[in-house]
Amino acid sequence: MYDFNYHKPQTVKDALSLFKEADDGIYLAGGHTLIPAMKVRLRAPTDVIDLSGVDGLIGIREESGALVIGALTTHDTVATSEVVARAIPALNSLAASIGDAQVRNRGTIGGSVANNDPAADYPAGVLALGATIKTDRREISASEFFTAMFETALEEDELIQSISFPIVESAAYIKFPNPASRYATVGVFISRHGGQVSVAITGAAATVFRCPEMEQALSDNFAEVALDSIQLNADDMNSDMHASAEYRAHLCVVMAKRAVASMS
Amino acid sequence: MSITVNLIVNGKAVTQTCPENTTLVELIREKLQLSGTHVGCDTSQCGACTVHMNGRAVKACTVLVAQAEGSDVTTIEGIGTADDLHPMQSAFKECHGLQCGFCTPGMIMAAIDLVNRENELDEQTIREGLEGNFCRCTGYHNIVEAVGNAAARMKE
Ligand SMILES: Cc1cc2nc3c(=O)[nH]c(=O)nc-3n(C[C@H](O)[C@H](O)[C@H](O)COP(=O)(O)OP(=O)(O)OC[C@H]3O[C@@H](n4cnc5c(N)ncnc54)[C@H](O)[C@@H]3O)c2cc1C
Ligand code: FES
Ligand code: FES
Repeated sequence: MYDFNYHKPQTVKDALSLFKEADDGIYLAGGHTLIPAMKVRLRAPTDVIDLSGVDGLIGIREESGALVIGALTTHDTVATSEVVARAIPALNSLAASIGDAQVRNRGTIGGSVANNDPAADYPAGVLALGATIKTDRREISASEFFTAMFETALEEDELIQSISFPIVESAAYIKFPNPASRYATVGVFISRHGGQVSVAITGAAATVFRCPEMEQALSDNFAEVALDSIQLNADDMNSDMHASAEYRAHLCVVMAKRAVASMS
Repeated sequence: MSITVNLIVNGKAVTQTCPENTTLVELIREKLQLSGTHVGCDTSQCGACTVHMNGRAVKACTVLVAQAEGSDVTTIEGIGTADDLHPMQSAFKECHGLQCGFCTPGMIMAAIDLVNRENELDEQTIREGLEGNFCRCTGYHNIVEAVGNAAARMKE
């Protein structure tokens, strides 16, 4: 890891101005993606701006039909939160499935969403639930947020403050974890509200995506059998030592069926 | 450049000045000479470097010293002594929960956090709770037994 200047601002305003003043600044949340990346020199920022002291970025609350989670809230806090359990329990189990206990004690929702790893879990929940990402300057809808592998709609210095999830009637997240890292080889998040079904899939392709074929089939008949005839095109899927593209395409349907079964 | 941090390690106040790119495990092992905490992978995978920060298990190779400013850190040296082992240490000894011992300090720190957090510990919960700690010797069986055993004693 190259050396850098370390800053710990107390307000969003100060964080933004530190970023502007830096040659090559970067925000630090839990550090469980950034620090490993700095060790292997994939990242070599001149200035690291630690957000952990910034007021108002941690916490979970219910607010006019939505569950609002502060960007710096750890995975463990979400996994064990009673507010989450009352509102969208699928997010408890999603957070509880991330990595391992030590990773969940440090990693944050904002860091995970900002990083947009193709195999990360949160993006599936954010997209399927139609969440809104609140930043220092605007609100970004999930459908516009995840743009490409490790890329988002965020501007370079834009800071996520919270993520707001509409509370739905029912939802479930099921993943086929990579046996070593627990990242999603394929993860499927299904949400159901007022007859509308949305399905978001992570791990399978370059970035998280919605699956209109499954959404249509499940809106007509919310049952595992409705997915029997669905076959996803393997051309767009990731292929690596853990799973071929064809296997991932197959897993998407299997995970979706398990999610439906857990909701029925 | 360097940064000065104040923290508590095993109950003692510590003030150290080190380069910004120093990790917590480097401070613990190299500056404080507490070599019970191990470094297995240095890539956040193996859990050998697990210590408690404000009571929670963290991988100290993936925490910057600056992030630990003001925190209360406990390492394997802080939980028991050779004459007065922590119940988790005794259980590892009695159940033969270690062979080479390299993973053991991290395993024990992770297991103590697990027992403190979970009310009901069955085999499945213990195995899942220790997912962040690798052991290349024991095959985990005796570790799981040791943690179950220690949990009963710690809750007494
Ligand atoms: C061993 C291991 C296993 C893991 N397994 C999983 C898994 O199974 N599933 C999974 O989803 N993830 C997994 N992760 C990743 C983990 O969830 C990370 O914590 C997460 O991806 C990044 O969050 P962080 O808070 O650590 O962010 P950091 O590492 O601090 O930051 C990551 C990136 O996001 C940016 N950023 C952070 N916060 C903000 C913000 N508020 N606004 C704008 N930009 C911001 C940073 O600048 C940086 O570029 C794993 C990590 C490890 C080390
Ligand atoms: S040395 Fe820290 S996780 Fe392996
Ligand atoms: S006892 Fe040797 S690695 Fe666990």
